[in-house]
Amino acid sequence: MLTVSMTVNGIAVSADVEARTLLVQFLREKLGLTGTHIGCDTSQCGACVVHLNGKSVKSCTTLAVQANGAAVTTIEGLAAADGTLHPMQEAFRDNHGLQCGFCTPGMVMSAIDLAQSHADLSEAEIREGLEGNMCRCTGYHNIVKAVKAGAQAMTAAMRR
Amino acid sequence: MYDFGYHRPDTAADAASLLTKNGEAKVVAGGMTLIPTLKQRLAQPSDLVDLGGAADLKGIKIEGGGITIGAMTTHAEVARSGDVQKTILALAVLAGGIGDPQVRNRGTIGGSVANSDPGADYPAAVLGLGAKIRTNKREIAADNFFKGMFETALQDGEIITAIHFPKPEKAGYCKHPNPASRYAIVGVLVAKTASGVRVAVTGAGPCAFRSKELEVALGGSFSADAAKGAKIKSDGLNNDLHATAAYRAHLVSVMAARAVAAAG
Ligand SMILES: Cc1cc2nc3c(=O)[nH]c(=O)nc-3n(C[C@H](O)[C@H](O)[C@H](O)COP(=O)(O)OP(=O)(O)OC[C@H]3O[C@@H](n4cnc5c(N)ncnc54)[C@H](O)[C@@H]3O)c2cc1C
Ligand code: FES
Ligand code: FES
Repeated sequence: MLTVSMTVNGIAVSADVEARTLLVQFLREKLGLTGTHIGCDTSQCGACVVHLNGKSVKSCTTLAVQANGAAVTTIEGLAAADGTLHPMQEAFRDNHGLQCGFCTPGMVMSAIDLAQSHADLSEAEIREGLEGNMCRCTGYHNIVKAVKAGAQAMTAAMRR
Repeated sequence: MYDFGYHRPDTAADAASLLTKNGEAKVVAGGMTLIPTLKQRLAQPSDLVDLGGAADLKGIKIEGGGITIGAMTTHAEVARSGDVQKTILALAVLAGGIGDPQVRNRGTIGGSVANSDPGADYPAAVLGLGAKIRTNKREIAADNFFKGMFETALQDGEIITAIHFPKPEKAGYCKHPNPASRYAIVGVLVAKTASGVRVAVTGAGPCAFRSKELEVALGGSFSADAAKGAKIKSDGLNNDLHATAAYRAHLVSVMAARAVAAAG
């Protein structure tokens, strides 16, 4: 067993894990943060995307020990303490960007990283930026609309 | 996944000595290839030596007019680097087309080159640009590096520390990606250099290789038409559910023509 310590959604956590424990298992099974989903477990679908030091990564293809000392943000860490949704979450709701919701946590985490690293996203950039996230329900159209609106709302919130 | 010991050394030298001490150890870089392999129990290393803590393996610098990229530099960092974009734009374009953003945030140039996946993008750049692969033991010329499918000139315990790309006069890269994974079904890097034209192909064979036919054709005239006119033989090319050997042969000259057009 190895001890890992990291900050998850702003809270310092520490636990003993096997070296082979995946970051997604650590989050779901040790910390009970089941908002991060496992869709494929083969690095393809993006349901497991979280932010590792601010960048989107697939937590099913990252070892918990590789995140030792890092800052991790999951879908649970986005809304404000009073329950106010993050602008990207709000945009998914407003634009009907989800149906069953299974892909949504990963979509939202990827979308926030995308919006933070690009100004004024075009539709093509959004579709390309979501290359690593799969959705079996929506046909992507409303997801793209949601990301566009969410990115604009994030920029507006920053200006304020 | 079988369990393993885990080490996170601070330097490449410490990583190398950990590998020597643990004969069945393997290094892990971005883990984008190795972790899926471990999940499938296709490998059973006794220990993983994580290069993620070795600061001396990271970073991009201009060197001798060309560019040197540390082994642990991610695809996203190469794609975004202003130094790479202004020195060898084709390399930034190639890195920005690997997989998806999350793969690019973790996957590294060292891991990709060490792995020699038949469909990987970087080997085309390493070979096409005549790069030098620097390890903890020596410097290996690209022409002597790729030996076969998942097979390179690296010896047991040898770690890639950096890759040096000399600056070409012109270079372009174009791939026909697998629509699901984005790996190259065929990818071609063309480069016009002081010592002649180099053309490297990935995706079409067991590992990246240079195309004599295209080098001769483009040596005569560095134009898209010359690339399209080159006759590529399908003998020995990959033939699988994604594409037949004949289709891949056709794609080689089409991708080469587009790469030449992109090179300007
Ligand atoms: C969904 C998906 C899509 C992808 N699409 C593409 C694509 O379109 N194009 C493409 O080219 N690749 C693609 N990849 C592969 C990706 O680029 C990997 O990042 C890369 O092949 C391996 O790099 P890594 O840093 O993750 O290495 P790891 O997985 O950590 O290691 C790979 C191998 O290299 C060895 N190794 C790592 N670093 C070194 C070093 N410095 N010295 C010696 N040996 C070393 C390891 O021991 C291991 O055997 C994709 C991967 C995924 C999961
Ligand atoms: S569960 Fe991680 S990519 Fe599908
Ligand atoms: S909403 Fe069901 S998978 Fe995307």
